[in-house]
Amino acid sequence: MDGKISRRSFLKGGLAVAGAAVASSLPMPEAVKASSVEELATLIDIRKCIGCEACVEACQEVNEPKFPEPEKPFPKMHPSRVKVSDWSDKRDVTDRLTPYNWLFIQEATVKVNGKEETFTVPRRCMHCQNPPCADLCPWGAAFKLKNGITRINSDYCLGGSKCKDVCPWHIPQRQTGVGLYLDLLPAFAGNGVMYKCDRCYNRIAEGKLPACIDVCPEDVQKIGPRDEILKEAHAIQKEIGGYIYGEKENGGTNTIYVSPVPFEDLNKAVETGPGKPDLRSVKDSMAQADNLAKAMVIAPIAGMAAAAAKFFVGAKKSMGSEDK
Amino acid sequence: MKTSSRTRSTAGNRAISRVFILAMILTTFTGFGQMPIFKRYYISDMPGMAWSADFYATHFLHYVGAMVLLGLFAYFILDYIFTGRKKFQLTPSAYFRIILMAGIVATGILRVFKNMPDVLFSPAFTVFIDIAHLGFAMAYLFTALVLVLMKRGWLREVSNAL
Repeated sequence: MDGKISRRSFLKGGLAVAGAAVASSLPMPEAVKASSVEELATLIDIRKCIGCEACVEACQEVNEPKFPEPEKPFPKMHPSRVKVSDWSDKRDVTDRLTPYNWLFIQEATVKVNGKEETFTVPRRCMHCQNPPCADLCPWGAAFKLKNGITRINSDYCLGGSKCKDVCPWHIPQRQTGVGLYLDLLPAFAGNGVMYKCDRCYNRIAEGKLPACIDVCPEDVQKIGPRDEILKEAHAIQKEIGGYIYGEKENGGTNTIYVSPVPFEDLNKAVETGPGKPDLRSVKDSMAQADNLAKAMVIAPIAGMAAAAAKFFVGAKKSMGSEDK
Repeated sequence: MKTSSRTRSTAGNRAISRVFILAMILTTFTGFGQMPIFKRYYISDMPGMAWSADFYATHFLHYVGAMVLLGLFAYFILDYIFTGRKKFQLTPSAYFRIILMAGIVATGILRVFKNMPDVLFSPAFTVFIDIAHLGFAMAYLFTALVLVLMKRGWLREVSNAL
């Protein structure tokens, strides 16, 4: 245990800083560069994670220019049940998701072959293939890119937190006192801007790796075309007799976890709550709406058929009365 | 230009009119429910209204209402072409309402399409259709309210109708 702690401390204090320093110079793998239209997924092999938080620090450092700088005092909001969500004085919090911390390490101590073992799991936005946050955002502020990244545009977001409500993992986090709502009706609508991992979309556009992947001293994460990542995940699963999370969750995500222990066990062991997502199995949140959308094609056909039937019945009746 | 209730009742089935009004109320309510306002403004605290704060429920019901309206619009259009236009003609206010409704339907169809898996629109276009859908809906509601107060209907009898 001591060894692990000293290793963590060492990595945290040394390698992480060094890694962050060279992060911007590391290029994106060729396979990733080539797939500009293909969805990219990340593979997170939790066996390798030592919980050093190098990824957390790198994420904060690289994304600092995107962090909110709220105006204070905050405008009074009505009705009184609308609460301020202010993390601007708690920017150092790293044990949960916040508007200033888009990635954190979750710990789970589970029994493996009768022995207690602690796993550390990097947690952030799953980047769903059909993201409900983007589908249900009333303003289009949340959206998905062709390369599988789901983003929230901080220029349009009003901070209504709908994306957080509909997200199965409640990932986006709100900061009050920033964004477009201040220029509209700050007292009556909106409450800031929602923030979450954007998988370093700007770095990927420049051909660089996301910061968390770049700095990881243990190569816990990989990024690549989704089918290749899945192939690799299944190969590891087969090799270790392990388990996969994220492939089918919420209809499929672009974050694939591989673990040697069942995710049900990890889910029971992780601390959950605000900003601390679970690892439960998740059904496709948009499936019902998608099925109804497909069925919508029938509606106009049925309407036209009803009108045509009415017309022909009427015509038949009038012909009958003429015959008489 | 005033349209009597007699004209309206003979132009369409009363039951269909009621379904149309109910579907319009449902889509309007659930449409506003897409914005996170029902919980904030205590609507969902009213007895029997807790569902209105469930975004999946309001979204599903919005789709159901839209489905009914699409069926009715197809029926109205074809019925007017087949039989209605021999006896009635659309009033100028009806044309105005049809234009606004066409805007709602077109942007709504695009939004439903965008929500399908594997369908991606540019972020700017998504913002445009979202705002346009709300804009058309607000304009339609305001227009319909004014026209109801002015007692302006959709149809008037063709003067030379037999």
